[in-house]
Amino acid sequence: MAETKRVVRPLSPHLQIYRPQMTAISSILTRITGNGMIVGAILMVWWLLAAATSPGYFAFVDGLLHSWIGKIILTGSLWAVWYHYLAGLRHLWFDAGRGLEIATAEKLGWACVIGSVVLTILTFFFI
Amino acid sequence: MRYLTDRKRAEGKGASHTGTEHHWYMQASGAALAFLVPVFVIALGRAFGRDHAGVLEFFARPHVAILTGLVLFVAMRHFAKGATMMIEDYARGSTRKALIIAAISLSYLITATGLFALARIAL
Repeated sequence: MAETKRVVRPLSPHLQIYRPQMTAISSILTRITGNGMIVGAILMVWWLLAAATSPGYFAFVDGLLHSWIGKIILTGSLWAVWYHYLAGLRHLWFDAGRGLEIATAEKLGWACVIGSVVLTILTFFFI
Repeated sequence: MRYLTDRKRAEGKGASHTGTEHHWYMQASGAALAFLVPVFVIALGRAFGRDHAGVLEFFARPHVAILTGLVLFVAMRHFAKGATMMIEDYARGSTRKALIIAAISLSYLITATGLFALARIAL
Protein backbone atom coordinates (compact mmCIF):
# COMPACT_ATOMS: atom_id res chain seq x y z
CA MET A 1 0.00 0.00 0.00
CA ALA A 2 2.91 2.28 0.70
CA GLU A 3 4.01 2.32 -2.94
CA THR A 4 0.62 3.29 -4.33
CA LYS A 5 0.96 5.40 -7.44
CA ARG A 6 1.06 9.06 -6.53
CA VAL A 7 -1.96 10.93 -7.74
CA VAL A 8 -1.26 14.35 -9.16
CA ARG A 9 -3.65 16.38 -7.10
CA PRO A 10 -4.47 20.00 -7.71
CA LEU A 11 -2.63 22.26 -5.29
CA SER A 12 -4.75 24.46 -3.11
CA PRO A 13 -5.00 28.02 -4.38
CA HIS A 14 -2.34 30.26 -2.94
CA LEU A 15 -1.40 33.95 -2.84
CA GLN A 16 -0.86 34.26 -6.60
CA ILE A 17 -4.41 33.14 -7.30
CA TYR A 18 -6.39 34.76 -4.52
CA ARG A 19 -7.94 38.11 -5.24
CA PRO A 20 -6.32 40.47 -2.72
CA GLN A 21 -8.64 40.87 0.23
CA MET A 22 -8.77 43.80 2.61
CA THR A 23 -8.34 41.62 5.68
CA ALA A 24 -5.17 39.95 4.33
CA ILE A 25 -3.67 43.17 2.94
CA SER A 26 -4.30 45.16 6.13
CA SER A 27 -2.75 42.31 8.14
CA ILE A 28 0.47 42.05 6.12
CA LEU A 29 0.75 45.86 6.06
CA THR A 30 0.77 45.80 9.87
CA ARG A 31 3.77 43.48 9.80
CA ILE A 32 5.59 45.41 7.05
CA THR A 33 5.09 48.80 8.72
CA GLY A 34 5.95 47.46 12.18
CA ASN A 35 9.23 45.95 11.07
CA GLY A 36 10.01 48.67 8.52
CA MET A 37 9.90 51.37 11.21
CA ILE A 38 13.28 50.09 12.39
CA VAL A 39 14.79 52.21 9.59
CA GLY A 40 13.16 55.34 10.98
CA ALA A 41 14.25 54.38 14.52
CA ILE A 42 17.88 53.95 13.43
CA LEU A 43 17.82 57.33 11.65
CA MET A 44 16.27 59.08 14.67
CA VAL A 45 18.81 57.65 17.10
CA TRP A 46 21.65 58.46 14.69
CA TRP A 47 20.33 62.03 14.51
CA LEU A 48 20.21 62.23 18.34
CA LEU A 49 23.72 60.79 18.63
CA ALA A 50 25.00 63.31 16.10
CA ALA A 51 23.36 66.14 18.06
CA ALA A 52 25.04 64.87 21.24
CA THR A 53 28.43 64.61 19.52
CA SER A 54 29.25 67.85 17.69
CA PRO A 55 27.70 70.64 15.60
CA GLY A 56 29.54 69.40 12.50
CA TYR A 57 28.29 65.82 12.84
CA PHE A 58 24.77 67.10 13.54
CA ALA A 59 24.84 69.28 10.41
CA PHE A 60 25.82 66.22 8.35
CA VAL A 61 23.07 63.90 9.65
CA ASP A 62 20.46 66.67 9.80
CA GLY A 63 21.30 67.59 6.21
CA LEU A 64 20.94 63.94 5.20
CA LEU A 65 17.49 63.76 6.79
CA HIS A 66 16.46 67.01 5.11
CA SER A 67 17.60 65.83 1.65
CA TRP A 68 14.91 64.55 -0.71
CA ILE A 69 15.72 60.91 -0.03
CA GLY A 70 15.73 61.58 3.71
CA LYS A 71 12.35 63.27 3.43
CA ILE A 72 10.92 60.31 1.52
CA ILE A 73 12.14 57.88 4.20
CA LEU A 74 10.85 60.08 7.04
CA THR A 75 7.46 60.59 5.39
CA GLY A 76 7.20 56.84 4.82
CA SER A 77 8.15 56.22 8.44
CA LEU A 78 5.54 58.71 9.63
CA TRP A 79 2.86 56.96 7.59
CA ALA A 80 4.12 53.60 8.93
CA VAL A 81 3.81 54.90 12.50
CA TRP A 82 0.19 55.94 11.95
CA TYR A 83 -0.77 52.82 10.02
CA HIS A 84 0.78 50.53 12.63
CA TYR A 85 -0.84 52.63 15.34
CA LEU A 86 -4.37 52.24 13.94
CA ALA A 87 -3.81 48.60 13.01
CA GLY A 88 -2.52 47.96 16.54
CA LEU A 89 -5.65 49.48 18.06
CA ARG A 90 -7.68 47.29 15.70
CA HIS A 91 -5.70 44.28 16.91
CA LEU A 92 -6.55 45.08 20.53
CA TRP A 93 -10.20 45.37 19.49
CA PHE A 94 -10.05 42.02 17.67
CA ASP A 95 -8.32 40.41 20.66
CA ALA A 96 -11.20 41.52 22.84
CA GLY A 97 -13.38 39.38 20.55
CA ARG A 98 -15.05 42.33 18.84
CA GLY A 99 -15.28 43.48 15.21
CA LEU A 100 -14.61 40.03 13.77
CA GLU A 101 -17.63 39.88 11.43
CA ILE A 102 -16.28 39.99 7.84
CA ALA A 103 -18.07 43.21 6.89
CA THR A 104 -16.87 44.97 10.06
CA ALA A 105 -13.32 43.62 9.74
CA GLU A 106 -13.12 44.91 6.15
CA LYS A 107 -14.41 48.34 7.18
CA LEU A 108 -11.82 48.47 9.97
CA GLY A 109 -9.13 47.61 7.40
CA TRP A 110 -10.17 50.53 5.22
CA ALA A 111 -10.29 52.73 8.32
CA CYS A 112 -6.63 51.87 8.99
CA VAL A 113 -5.52 52.61 5.40
CA ILE A 114 -7.49 55.85 4.96
CA GLY A 115 -7.00 56.95 8.57
CA SER A 116 -3.23 56.55 8.37
CA VAL A 117 -3.02 58.74 5.25
CA VAL A 118 -5.25 61.38 6.86
CA LEU A 119 -3.20 61.36 10.08
CA THR A 120 0.04 61.67 8.07
CA ILE A 121 -1.29 64.72 6.23
CA LEU A 122 -2.62 66.22 9.48
CA THR A 123 0.79 65.74 11.11
CA PHE A 124 2.40 67.69 8.26
CA PHE A 125 -0.10 70.53 8.52
CA PHE A 126 -0.21 70.97 12.26
CA ILE A 127 3.34 70.30 13.38
CA MET B 1 1.25 10.32 36.14
CA ARG B 2 -2.13 10.32 37.82
CA TYR B 3 -0.91 12.88 40.33
CA LEU B 4 -0.49 15.45 37.55
CA THR B 5 -3.50 17.62 36.87
CA ASP B 6 -4.84 17.95 33.33
CA ARG B 7 -3.66 21.52 33.24
CA LYS B 8 -0.11 20.59 34.24
CA ARG B 9 0.08 18.03 31.44
CA ALA B 10 -1.28 20.48 28.88
CA GLU B 11 1.04 23.36 29.76
CA GLY B 12 3.79 24.05 27.24
CA LYS B 13 2.27 21.76 24.61
CA GLY B 14 0.86 24.57 22.48
CA ALA B 15 2.51 25.86 19.31
CA SER B 16 4.43 28.57 21.18
CA HIS B 17 5.47 26.36 24.15
CA THR B 18 5.17 29.43 26.36
CA GLY B 19 1.44 29.98 26.47
CA THR B 20 0.22 33.49 25.72
CA GLU B 21 3.09 35.35 27.41
CA HIS B 22 4.56 36.71 24.15
CA HIS B 23 1.18 37.83 22.86
CA TRP B 24 0.32 39.41 26.19
CA TYR B 25 3.58 41.39 26.13
CA MET B 26 2.71 42.73 22.67
CA GLN B 27 -0.72 43.81 23.94
CA ALA B 28 0.63 45.46 27.08
CA SER B 29 3.49 47.31 25.34
CA GLY B 30 1.15 48.18 22.46
CA ALA B 31 -1.32 49.75 24.89
CA ALA B 32 1.52 51.77 26.45
CA LEU B 33 2.70 52.93 23.02
CA ALA B 34 -0.86 53.92 22.11
CA PHE B 35 -0.56 56.65 24.75
CA LEU B 36 3.11 57.53 24.20
CA VAL B 37 3.44 57.64 20.42
CA PRO B 38 1.07 60.52 19.53
CA VAL B 39 2.76 62.76 22.11
CA PHE B 40 6.18 61.69 20.88
CA VAL B 41 5.32 62.31 17.20
CA ILE B 42 4.29 65.87 18.10
CA ALA B 43 7.48 66.38 20.15
CA LEU B 44 9.70 65.02 17.39
CA GLY B 45 7.91 67.18 14.84
CA ARG B 46 8.68 70.25 16.94
CA ALA B 47 12.34 69.24 17.30
CA PHE B 48 12.93 68.41 13.65
CA GLY B 49 13.98 71.45 11.66
CA ARG B 50 15.63 73.27 14.56
CA ASP B 51 19.31 74.20 14.45
CA HIS B 52 21.86 72.33 16.57
CA ALA B 53 21.50 74.53 19.65
CA GLY B 54 17.71 74.37 19.38
CA VAL B 55 17.72 70.57 19.23
CA LEU B 56 20.03 70.36 22.27
CA GLU B 57 17.84 72.78 24.22
CA PHE B 58 14.70 70.83 23.27
CA PHE B 59 15.93 67.39 24.34
CA ALA B 60 17.49 68.78 27.51
CA ARG B 61 14.00 69.54 28.85
CA PRO B 62 13.25 66.91 31.51
CA HIS B 63 9.82 65.86 30.21
CA VAL B 64 11.06 65.58 26.62
CA ALA B 65 14.11 63.55 27.69
CA ILE B 66 11.98 61.22 29.84
CA LEU B 67 9.38 60.81 27.09
CA THR B 68 12.05 60.05 24.47
CA GLY B 69 13.79 57.53 26.71
CA LEU B 70 10.50 55.87 27.56
CA VAL B 71 9.32 55.62 23.94
CA LEU B 72 12.73 54.35 22.84
CA PHE B 73 12.81 51.61 25.47
CA VAL B 74 9.20 50.42 25.15
CA ALA B 75 9.16 50.67 21.34
CA MET B 76 12.41 48.72 21.00
CA ARG B 77 11.17 45.92 23.29
CA HIS B 78 7.92 45.88 21.28
CA PHE B 79 9.99 45.73 18.07
CA ALA B 80 12.25 42.92 19.33
CA LYS B 81 9.25 40.75 20.22
CA GLY B 82 7.31 41.69 17.08
CA ALA B 83 10.29 40.97 14.81
CA THR B 84 10.72 37.65 16.62
CA MET B 85 7.12 36.79 15.71
CA MET B 86 7.79 37.56 12.06
CA ILE B 87 11.05 35.55 12.00
CA GLU B 88 9.33 32.58 13.67
CA ASP B 89 6.76 32.63 10.87
CA TYR B 90 9.24 32.63 7.98
CA ALA B 91 12.53 31.04 9.12
CA ARG B 92 13.50 27.72 10.63
CA GLY B 93 16.33 26.06 12.53
CA SER B 94 19.64 27.87 12.92
CA THR B 95 18.62 30.69 10.56
CA ARG B 96 15.67 31.40 12.82
CA LYS B 97 17.85 31.48 15.93
CA ALA B 98 20.49 33.69 14.30
CA LEU B 99 17.89 36.16 13.00
CA ILE B 100 16.10 36.37 16.36
CA ILE B 101 19.41 37.02 18.15
CA ALA B 102 20.25 39.70 15.56
CA ALA B 103 16.85 41.40 15.97
CA ILE B 104 17.12 41.43 19.78
CA SER B 105 20.71 42.71 19.62
CA LEU B 106 19.79 45.46 17.19
CA SER B 107 16.93 46.61 19.39
CA TYR B 108 19.18 46.80 22.47
CA LEU B 109 21.93 48.56 20.47
CA ILE B 110 19.47 51.22 19.32
CA THR B 111 18.10 51.63 22.87
CA ALA B 112 21.57 51.96 24.41
CA THR B 113 22.78 54.40 21.75
CA GLY B 114 19.66 56.53 22.09
CA LEU B 115 19.86 56.60 25.90
CA PHE B 116 23.57 57.50 25.71
CA ALA B 117 22.81 60.40 23.36
CA LEU B 118 19.95 61.55 25.59
CA ALA B 119 22.12 61.39 28.71
CA ARG B 120 24.80 63.43 26.99
CA ILE B 121 22.30 66.06 25.88
CA ALA B 122 20.15 66.24 29.00
CA LEU B 123 22.66 65.87 31.82
